[in-house]
Amino acid sequence: MNPFSSGTRLRDMIRAIRACKTAAEERAVVRKESAAIRAAVNENDQDYRHQKRIGYLGLMLLLDERQEVLMLVTNSLKQDLNHSNQYIVGLALCALGNICSAEMARDLAPEVERLLQFRDPNVRKKAALCSIRIIKKVPDLAENFINPAAALLKEKHHGVLITGVQLCTDLCKVSAEALEYFRKKCTDNLVKLLKDVVNSPYAPEYDVSGITDPFLHIRLLKLLRVLGQGDADASDCMNDILAQVATKTESNKIAGNAILYECVETIMSIEDTSGLRVLAINILGRFLSNRDNNIRYVALNMLMKAITVDSQAVQRHRATILECVKDSDASIRKRALELVYLLVNESNVKPLTKELIDYLEVSDQEFRGDLTAKICSIVEKFSPEKIWYIDQMLKVLSEAGNFVKDEVWHALIVVISNASNLHGYTVRSLYRAVQTSGEQESLVRVAVWCIGEYGEMLVNNAGMLDIEDPITVTESDAVDVIEIAVKYHTSDLTTRAMCLIALLKLSCHFPTCSQRIKDIIVQHKGSLVLELQQRSIEFNSIIEKHQNIRSALVERMPVLDEATYSGRRAGSLPATVSTSPGPALNLPNGVAKPAAAPLVDLLDLSSDDVPAPSSSGGDFLQDLLGVDLSPASSLSGTSQAQKSGTDVLLDLLSIGTPPAQNSSSTTDILSPSQDNKTSIGTLERLSSPSAQASSPIGGSPVMDLLDGFAPTPPMPEDNGPAYPSVVAFDSSSLRITFNFSKPPGNPQTTLIQATFANKSPNVYTDFIFQAAVPKFLQLHLDPASSNTLPASDNGSITQTLRVTNSQHGKKSLVMRIRIGYKMNNKDILEEGQINNFPHGL
Amino acid sequence: MIHFVLLISRQGKVRLTKWYSPYSQKERTKVIRELSGLILTRGPKLCNFVEWRGFKVVYKRYASLYFCMCIGQDDNELEVLEIIHHFVEILDRYFGSVCELDLIFNFHKAYYILDELLIAGELQESSKKTVARLIAAQDSLVEAAKEQASSISNMIAQATK
Repeated sequence: MNPFSSGTRLRDMIRAIRACKTAAEERAVVRKESAAIRAAVNENDQDYRHQKRIGYLGLMLLLDERQEVLMLVTNSLKQDLNHSNQYIVGLALCALGNICSAEMARDLAPEVERLLQFRDPNVRKKAALCSIRIIKKVPDLAENFINPAAALLKEKHHGVLITGVQLCTDLCKVSAEALEYFRKKCTDNLVKLLKDVVNSPYAPEYDVSGITDPFLHIRLLKLLRVLGQGDADASDCMNDILAQVATKTESNKIAGNAILYECVETIMSIEDTSGLRVLAINILGRFLSNRDNNIRYVALNMLMKAITVDSQAVQRHRATILECVKDSDASIRKRALELVYLLVNESNVKPLTKELIDYLEVSDQEFRGDLTAKICSIVEKFSPEKIWYIDQMLKVLSEAGNFVKDEVWHALIVVISNASNLHGYTVRSLYRAVQTSGEQESLVRVAVWCIGEYGEMLVNNAGMLDIEDPITVTESDAVDVIEIAVKYHTSDLTTRAMCLIALLKLSCHFPTCSQRIKDIIVQHKGSLVLELQQRSIEFNSIIEKHQNIRSALVERMPVLDEATYSGRRAGSLPATVSTSPGPALNLPNGVAKPAAAPLVDLLDLSSDDVPAPSSSGGDFLQDLLGVDLSPASSLSGTSQAQKSGTDVLLDLLSIGTPPAQNSSSTTDILSPSQDNKTSIGTLERLSSPSAQASSPIGGSPVMDLLDGFAPTPPMPEDNGPAYPSVVAFDSSSLRITFNFSKPPGNPQTTLIQATFANKSPNVYTDFIFQAAVPKFLQLHLDPASSNTLPASDNGSITQTLRVTNSQHGKKSLVMRIRIGYKMNNKDILEEGQINNFPHGL
Repeated sequence: MIHFVLLISRQGKVRLTKWYSPYSQKERTKVIRELSGLILTRGPKLCNFVEWRGFKVVYKRYASLYFCMCIGQDDNELEVLEIIHHFVEILDRYFGSVCELDLIFNFHKAYYILDELLIAGELQESSKKTVARLIAAQDSLVEAAKEQASSISNMIAQATK
C-alpha cells in the first residue's frame, strides 16, 4: 500500500475504474479495494479510516441494491456497525441506509435497532433514517421499531427529532398497528413539541429567515396529518396549534410559505372542524395572488384537492384562477385550466366559457390543444340551450378547429340535426364563419355538411331568428363554398368526400347549378384516391342518368338520436367491460361479418352517408343492440354460455342471416322522424294489435297508426308495482304472454313470467326459448318448466326471466327472441322482437 | 422521499448524482438526459417545479449550476427548495464562497457533505453548524491518519515487512 498521499490512492482507483471496459471489471476493482480495506483492518493499519471512507463512497456510487456483489459487503458492514468509533458506525449506517437490499436489511436490522439507542445523537439520527429504509424494504420488521421510535420523540436534539418524527411517519404508513399506537400515545406529545418549536425564541443555529427550524415544523405537521386523518379525537387535539401556525407564520419568505403549505394540507386532510377549513382556503387565496410563481403553483395544486372538500369557498377565487390560466408560465397555466374545469357548473358556465374562448385567440400553440379539449367538454356538459352551444362551438371551431377531436364535431352535428328550429340559423352562421376561417378543417367539414343538408334554408333565408342580420346568399355562392373546400390544397380525404356528397345533395336542391356541380364532381373522376374516384363516378352517374331517384336518395337525413349517441359514446368500451359476472346475455352481433362496413359508429361520416334505407337496414340492426363488432367481444359473449344455447343465438343475431321480420322496421323504433314509407305493416305483424312500440323518444309518427294504448310520455313517473301483462309474441302457431312483477327495493330489476301456449293441434317437443337484449340490459333465464308443449292450449310451459335495466327510467325494455321446437319431427324456428314492454320497467 | 439528486452545469455536464431509488445504469443516463433537456431550457421567470413522469422535480439555479431533486407526489415542494438552499449554504460554509470549480475538484467532499445531510432520501440534520462540525471532525481524523501513515516510523515498518 502506498504510504504517501492517499489522494493518489483515490486517483488510482478512479483511474482504474474508468479504465474498466465492463461492469465485471469494475466490480473486480471494487472488490480489490474492499479486500485491501479488510487487510488493513486486520493489520490494524492506521490509515484504514481514510480508506474506509473512500471505500464506502465508492460502494455507494458504484453499486445499488440490485447487484448481488453487494451481499459480499454485508459482513464488513456488520463489523463496522459494531465498531467503537462513531464515525465509522455512521459511515456504515449511511451506506446501509442508501443502498441496502431486502436481505441485507433483514440481516442487519437488529444491529440498527440497537443503534437507535447509541450514546451519540449523530449515530441515533442516522440509525433512524436507516430504519426507514429497512421498514420500507421489509415491512414485517416494522413492529420492532415502534417502541424505539417513540422513545426518539422525547429527545432534545433537533437532528434526532427530525429523523425520529420521519421514522414515525413512515412507520404509520407501513403498519396499521404503529398508527394506532402513535395515535393513542403520542399525539399529545407531538402537539406539545410543535407548540414548543413555534413559540421558541430565536436560536441562531436553527434559524432560517426568522423561523426556528422550519424543517422540524414541517415534519411535525406531516406526522400530525397522518395521525389526525380519519380520527376525530386526534384531530381535535391539534386544532389549536394548527390555527396558531396558520395565523402566526410569516409568509414573505419561502420557509414560512412552506410551513403554511404543509399546515393547509394538514387542515384539509384531518376531520372537519369549525373555521379551520375556511382559514385554510383563505391562506390559499392569499397564495394565489402572490407574485411568486412557485407559491401560485402550489396554491393551485392545493385548491384542486380542496374542491372536493368545499367547492363553494373555492368558487370565490374563480376570478384569480381565471387570471392564472393566462399566466406566462406553462405549468401554472395547465394547473389553472384543470382547476377551472373542475369549477364549472350551470350558473357560471357562460361567463367562464366566454373568458376561455377569448383567451383561446391569444394562446400559444402547445396550449391550444388542451384548452380546446377542455372548452369543448365544458360546453357539452353544461350548455343551457342549444343555440348557445352551437354558437360557442362555432367560435371554438373558427379559432382552433384543427385541434378539435373528431368526436367533438360529430357531437356538434348530432346536436344541429336535432335542433330543427335552428337549422337556418346554424347554416347561415356557418356560412359566415367559413368565409373568414376557411383553414380550420373541422369547421369546413361541419359547414359543408350543413350546407349540403340545409342548402335551401341558406338561400331562402328560411327560419330567420330575431337576432340575425339578413344575408343574401345565392345558390352559386353556396356552391362556391363547397368548391373552394374541395379544391383547397390542405383538405384531407374526409373533407373532400364530404364535399362531394354535399355537392350531390345541392345538385338536387339547386337545379340551376346542376351543370356546374357536375363539372366539379367530374374533375375527381381520375383522382388517385379510390374513395374520391368512386364517389365522383357514382355521383356523376346519378346526376346524369338517374334523375328520378336522385331526390329520394338525397332526402334529409333522419335525426340522429342524441341519447343513443351519447350513451354509446359513454359506453363505447368493448363488451368485456359491460358483461358483469352475473349471467348477461349481451351477445354481440355480427360475428359472421366483422369486415362489414363499420356502421357501428352511426356518425362515421367518412363512410357512405347517403341515407338510403335499403342498404343500411341490416347494419342499423347492430346499432339497435349497440354492440361492438370486435371479435374479442364475441368471445366474451360465448364464454357466458347459458342454457339457452349461445352459439345458436349467435347465428340468430348475425347479419349474414337476416332475421325474420324486415330489419328496417327496427329503425322505426329508435328514430322517430323516420319516413313513413318503411313498412308499418310488418310492425303489425310483429306485435299484437293492442301492443304499442315503446320508443325512448316520444312522438313517433308510427304511433298514430296503431290503436291501442295512447302514447305515454317517455319518462314515466309512475313506478307502481302493477304492470299489465302483455302478449309478447303471437303467431299462428304460438303465443307468448309475459307477466311482470318487480322485486321490492330494486326498481331496476323486473321479473317476467313467460307463458308459452301452443295454438296448433300438434304437440311441440324440444321446446327451447332464447332471448337477447341490448347492452344496457342484463338478462337471466331460469330453467323452463318443461320442454314439451301440449297441443291446442291444453297446457303451457312457463319460464321466468329476470331483466335488469341499467337505464331504468330512460329506456324501455326491448328484447329479441327465438323459439325452436320440433313439430311432427320437423325442426321449426320462430323469431321475433318484443317492443311492447310497459313503460317504466 | 427524495428519489435522486442531480447537479448539472449550464452546459449540461453532470457534476454530482446521488440515487436513493434503484435505477440501473441505462436508466440513469436516460433520466439525466431527459431532465437536462427539460430543465436547462426553462426560462428564468418560471416556477421551480416541473412535472415529470408522475414525479415532481424541484430545481434551483445557483450561478452556473442547477440543483435538481426529484420527489414524490406527496412531498412538499417548497420544503425541498429549502433543503436545496440548506445544502448550498453548508457547501458555502465549508468551501468558503463555493463555486463550481470547488465541486469539480473536490467532488468526494461534496458527496461526504451530502451524506451528512440526506440518508435514504430524507433530511438528516437541520443545523448547519452540526453538519459542519461533523465534517470537520472526520476530516481531522483522516488528516491524523494520513500523517501517521507518512511518518518515518511507518515507512520503515512498511519497507521492512
